[in-house]
Amino acid sequence: MMTERITLAHGAGGKISQELMEEVILPEFGNPALNELHDGAVVKMGGQVAFTTDSYVVKPLFFAGGNIGKLAVCGTVNDLAMTGAVPRYISAGVIIEEGFPIADLKVIVHTMRQMAEEAGVSIVTGDTKVVEKGKADGIFINTAGIGDLLPGVRISPRNVRPGMKVILSGYLGDHAAAILAGRHGLELPDTVRTDCAPLNKLVQVMLEAAPDIAVLRDPTRGGLAAVLNEIAGASKTGILIDEEALPIRSEVQGICDILGFDPLYLANEGKVVAFVPANREHAVLEAMRVDPYGREARTIGEVVAEAVGQVGLRTSIGGIRVVDMPLGNLVPRIC
Amino acid sequence: MTKAEEKETAQNLLNEIKRLSAGLERPWRFMEVCGTHTVSIFRAGLRQMLPGQVELVSGPGCPVCVTPDDYMDRAIAYAEREDVILATFGDMLKVPGSSSSLGEAKAAGADIRIVYSPLDSIQVARENPDKKVVFLAVGFETTAPTAAATVLEAERQGIGNLYMLSAQKLVPPALRMLMSDPEVRVDGFLLPGHVAVVTGTEVFRFVAEEYHMPGVVAGFEPLQILYALLLLCRQAAAGEARIENAYGSVVRSEGNPHSREVLGKVYETADAEWRGIGKIPVSGLRMKEEYARSDIERAVPLDLESKPKKTACRCGEVLRGIVTPRECPLFGKACVPTHAVGPCMVSVEGVCAAWYKYGQGVFRFGG
Amino acid sequence: MCLAVPAKVIEIRDALGKVELSGVTRDVSLMLLPEARVGDFVLVHAGFAMQIVDEQSAEETNALLAEMNGAPRTVI
Repeated sequence: MMTERITLAHGAGGKISQELMEEVILPEFGNPALNELHDGAVVKMGGQVAFTTDSYVVKPLFFAGGNIGKLAVCGTVNDLAMTGAVPRYISAGVIIEEGFPIADLKVIVHTMRQMAEEAGVSIVTGDTKVVEKGKADGIFINTAGIGDLLPGVRISPRNVRPGMKVILSGYLGDHAAAILAGRHGLELPDTVRTDCAPLNKLVQVMLEAAPDIAVLRDPTRGGLAAVLNEIAGASKTGILIDEEALPIRSEVQGICDILGFDPLYLANEGKVVAFVPANREHAVLEAMRVDPYGREARTIGEVVAEAVGQVGLRTSIGGIRVVDMPLGNLVPRIC
Repeated sequence: MTKAEEKETAQNLLNEIKRLSAGLERPWRFMEVCGTHTVSIFRAGLRQMLPGQVELVSGPGCPVCVTPDDYMDRAIAYAEREDVILATFGDMLKVPGSSSSLGEAKAAGADIRIVYSPLDSIQVARENPDKKVVFLAVGFETTAPTAAATVLEAERQGIGNLYMLSAQKLVPPALRMLMSDPEVRVDGFLLPGHVAVVTGTEVFRFVAEEYHMPGVVAGFEPLQILYALLLLCRQAAAGEARIENAYGSVVRSEGNPHSREVLGKVYETADAEWRGIGKIPVSGLRMKEEYARSDIERAVPLDLESKPKKTACRCGEVLRGIVTPRECPLFGKACVPTHAVGPCMVSVEGVCAAWYKYGQGVFRFGG
Repeated sequence: MCLAVPAKVIEIRDALGKVELSGVTRDVSLMLLPEARVGDFVLVHAGFAMQIVDEQSAEETNALLAEMNGAPRTVI
């Protein structure tokens, strides 16, 4: 019989651990590779392999439109997709704080399964550890993933050239806004939900439309500003984006106005930025808009030869300002 | 107004500013007193759009810039106490003290909460009855009444563990100091719109009457700022000096008397220390004797010797527009944005930070 | 240091008002602006309503700016 809360015994490797595995994990994640319950998964890959890992800590664990489990699967799927790979297999390492409700764990695990199914990946190996109360914040999840690199695709900032178009798949800042709900006394309308989603299928149609896409990135922590600055630096080009072209929901802008945030710095979990040769711009946009996660895709700017390493924003009244690298956490300001 | 109309209006305003300033022997220097103006100007890219004959100088209206080392040292010392939770606006986290910052103290384990409103610190106090909750009451006339109201509200709710560490500042005395300084060269002030919401416009009358200096109360939208700048140019061109209100939607000549009444219940004026500038008479606020119990410095005095950090930082002169950042020996060497010595390098919009990043302090994309 | 935004008062309970900006709501104190009424746009700073926005004055400013574009002045 399961208890209602995670105890240290659930991580001790004995009978209780086995129960947790059999009653919570396997019913959701079960697949031939995982069901072996061996020390590691044995899988078959095509040729060149992309490999990534990321750890997920988020507060609150549950938020509008998702939870930490959704982030943990989508984040790693998306990291693989951004390299130009088809994600195949994922590992999940979970660190749980003693006393964590098993009902919550079940919800998280179920969400992970749903996301894995949607993305078409299998969770083939994993690990669970339990730490004493106070030594973790509810639950931490690490996922790693491997995928088959799509043939003929060469994603690298070095391929970015002046004249290329910068395409963004949709609204900025929805995830950060959803996480902010309830903080600082803000109440948000139902329309503000995390954008967290697996983008591998969207990316695949983009690469089919234009195998010569130079760079794909998901603007997570640090937002669009961080990604553009990194690419401008690595590609030794300038990037000029257009304020009026940036898709920002009015609710998200409202939160930013109240707290003094800039939407360019807000985290996204279901968006992709692509650097596309100008002659493929329309083909890529058309392909994107058919995908549910690319409906709002649009061109937001272009690569220029001047201002190497810098990101400029053409403001709506006709000025240009620099978009800096973010300098740390976003905190509400009054100045 | 549609976006296209806004753009057209901006262009028209700029053309008029250009026309008025054409052929000047030396550029007009207008000081935006308020840090929020500095941020808005930066965000809209206005500096780059203005003709070279109109220079904008950032003034002392940014709490990050004028809060002195020793205040930050005291804040950090309180934060490090086991029995204290410090509540603060996010702006203060990175301000350097003489040897550390609140951000570093937080990383070292101090309990520091970022709040959006001073009222939120009442909630923190209620939830932590065994702790002393200290709110960093900084800011200018706009923000000062919110701290006073918070003190009154805590009293009403019977919350006894909320304290203020007060360092609020007043704008008019700082303007007087600037204008009395023969080294300071400005041709007019973009006056702080949200300060004027509280104070009204009368308190700025001396700027024009005693110092023959134009002043325009401005809003914070790019067009409002450009419009106020145009009014300043018109006055400068005509050799006039008046106080104009270009932010009538929220600024009344009488201000908000109710805010001032609330403020006056809890606070009284006092001399105050401005970082880089020094002591300015009656330019600050301290808690009245009746509220001494809510003043952390009187309720829990610190035994902290203030050791002013001796550096060659010339922020004080930079803030008054006397020297450019390049004339400071630390600029770009010991003092860079990630390791700022002085306040002007701390804030992204600080004068030194802007100069460090963009040559002459003006960002010209591709130029 | 004075970031403030206009928001609409949608509810008042004692000295507490609920304001709305683009669908985002937050409680703000009306201690500094007791004259605020439901339906007013108020300037909000650090969780306090600071002033009622005078929409007529805002329109006048807009009209003044529009005049610069050669448009006929609509507000006298």
